Amino acid sequence: MGEAIDRGRRQLLTVATTLTGAVGMAFAAAPFLASWKPSARAKALGAPVEIDASKLEPGAMLKIEWRGKPVWVLRRTPEMIGKLDAIDKLLADPASEQSKQPDYAKNAARAVNPEYFVVLGVCTHLGCAPMSQFHPGEAKLSAKIGAEWPGGFYCPCHGSMFDLSGRVFRDVPAPTNLEVPSYTFADSGHIMIGLDPEKAA
Amino acid sequence: MAGKEDAPARPGKLAALGAWIDERFPMTKLWKEHVSEYYAPKNFNFWYYFGSIALFVLALQIVTGIFLTMSYKPSEAEAFSSVEYIMRDVEWGWLIRYLHSTGASAFFLVVYLHMFRALLYGSHRKPRELLWIFGVLIYLALMAEAFFGYLLPWGNMSYWGAQVIVSLFGTFPWIGDALVHWIRGDYFISDITLNRFFALHVIALPLVLIFLVVAHILALHEVGSNNPDGIEIKKAKGKDGHPLDGIPFHPYYTVKDLFGLGVFLVLFAAVVFFAPEMGGLFLEAPNFEPANRLVTPEHIAPVWYFTPYYAMLRAVPAFAGTQVWGVLVIFAAVFLLFVVPWLDRAPVKSIRYRGPIYKTALMLFAAAFIMLGYCGLKPAEQPFTTMSVIGTVYYFAFFLLMPWYTRIDSHKPEPSRVTS
Repeated sequence: MGEAIDRGRRQLLTVATTLTGAVGMAFAAAPFLASWKPSARAKALGAPVEIDASKLEPGAMLKIEWRGKPVWVLRRTPEMIGKLDAIDKLLADPASEQSKQPDYAKNAARAVNPEYFVVLGVCTHLGCAPMSQFHPGEAKLSAKIGAEWPGGFYCPCHGSMFDLSGRVFRDVPAPTNLEVPSYTFADSGHIMIGLDPEKAA
Repeated sequence: MAGKEDAPARPGKLAALGAWIDERFPMTKLWKEHVSEYYAPKNFNFWYYFGSIALFVLALQIVTGIFLTMSYKPSEAEAFSSVEYIMRDVEWGWLIRYLHSTGASAFFLVVYLHMFRALLYGSHRKPRELLWIFGVLIYLALMAEAFFGYLLPWGNMSYWGAQVIVSLFGTFPWIGDALVHWIRGDYFISDITLNRFFALHVIALPLVLIFLVVAHILALHEVGSNNPDGIEIKKAKGKDGHPLDGIPFHPYYTVKDLFGLGVFLVLFAAVVFFAPEMGGLFLEAPNFEPANRLVTPEHIAPVWYFTPYYAMLRAVPAFAGTQVWGVLVIFAAVFLLFVVPWLDRAPVKSIRYRGPIYKTALMLFAAAFIMLGYCGLKPAEQPFTTMSVIGTVYYFAFFLLMPWYTRIDSHKPEPSRVTS
């Protein structure tokens, strides 16, 4: 008794209902997935910060925190700047082609003003904090490039090494140079970290 | 337990209650199917303790975890000090926390032994492929659970361990940065990250784990347990329809497993009371300082149960300007586990009837895995870097060459009935 079941129609309706349900699920999932993105408060706390580098002695380094990461401002001495080009052949990416930096910091000094080197103190390998080794004879780095060298940075986690422009040496785990954040000079000694020059006006 | 007798309900209030429930819920049916009339091979040996021990440790972690959440504060400002509070001020808090932290290591130890048992006796082979896949999923969920839990004490190693692992996702091309911001919910591992890892650790992954464990046991009871001879006991059944070489799980294996559990608890208690830090292996020294996002510990190593993969990660060099290859290698290393049932082509399941090639390959695999684990604990220096490369290559060769060497290997004939 009854009409014959139209299986084609039943299958079409089943597929259509399933698809509609799946699309609905995707829309319903969107707010939950998006809730994981940085919140408005997290974004506000990640706003640019200003630092006063004018009182920094030549050869000294200032560490501040921006977005939970250490930002280093190294006031390089003329001697430090002068030796930057000499070790290109030991570096994996001397011209910073593979590395992350704003265009205005893509040069040998990796800086807007070579005297002030601004960089994120985060190893590009897995995010550890490299140590500064600026003094001749400091263990790990001088073994590689000679004790008379003014030094650079050494990452204790996996042994990556970087020069005084944060450029990575060959044959270490870190693939690229240390990342340079966007920054701009508010005046000759004040630096805004996290702000591009063109947006500063 | 009510209803374990086959006889009709005896007069009595308890039996009447049992009957009343059985009309409304399959209590007796479930008990019979999964316990008193689940027939398991009679020749289980030492290696068969670890499934029930793993189940016990899961229960232990859930119970101790619930009590820890009662005193723990999942916030950047309070997390570290609330753990100290549990250790010093909460009555028996130190015991509950050490049970939980030691339980985590015990869980992995037991699960690794349980997985090795499968490779020994071919427990992953047809018809138990899905049972094995549920098992690998449990292992994956357990790794996620342990990783999220490790951030919660907010020690410096917690912090930097999470930093390293989350950074792994940043190595993916194009989506890396956005993915990492999405996982952390911030530009760094922060209060926000801690809070969400807490939610994942105490509710999301435990639910997933429990679901998977139920699926694992249901799949086991559907196909029946393997045994050290790797033959199917269902092929020889008696007149009553039960396997001739099978014995009811209860009371035979409940009693055996209780004995195994007793031995396990003696060893476990010894660690909890006398060596809860296990010389820095279970609780690492830098984790006794609060998280400091500007100072990396001298030497970052994950907890021991992750170190084999960590060694693989470090064994792969960066090239083409990215570190993603090492990450892909560890994902591949875990993924390979899923397909082992199809990689193994030997005509016999158990190591007892396999030839010398598989026996050697498996023992070397266990050695390579332990060696990788050891290298992962050590700094990235020689000879550990070379040892890590050798271990990684062997790990992959063991699985990827399995279809060939298991086929050409000699084997002995399987018996038709289990041996004692």
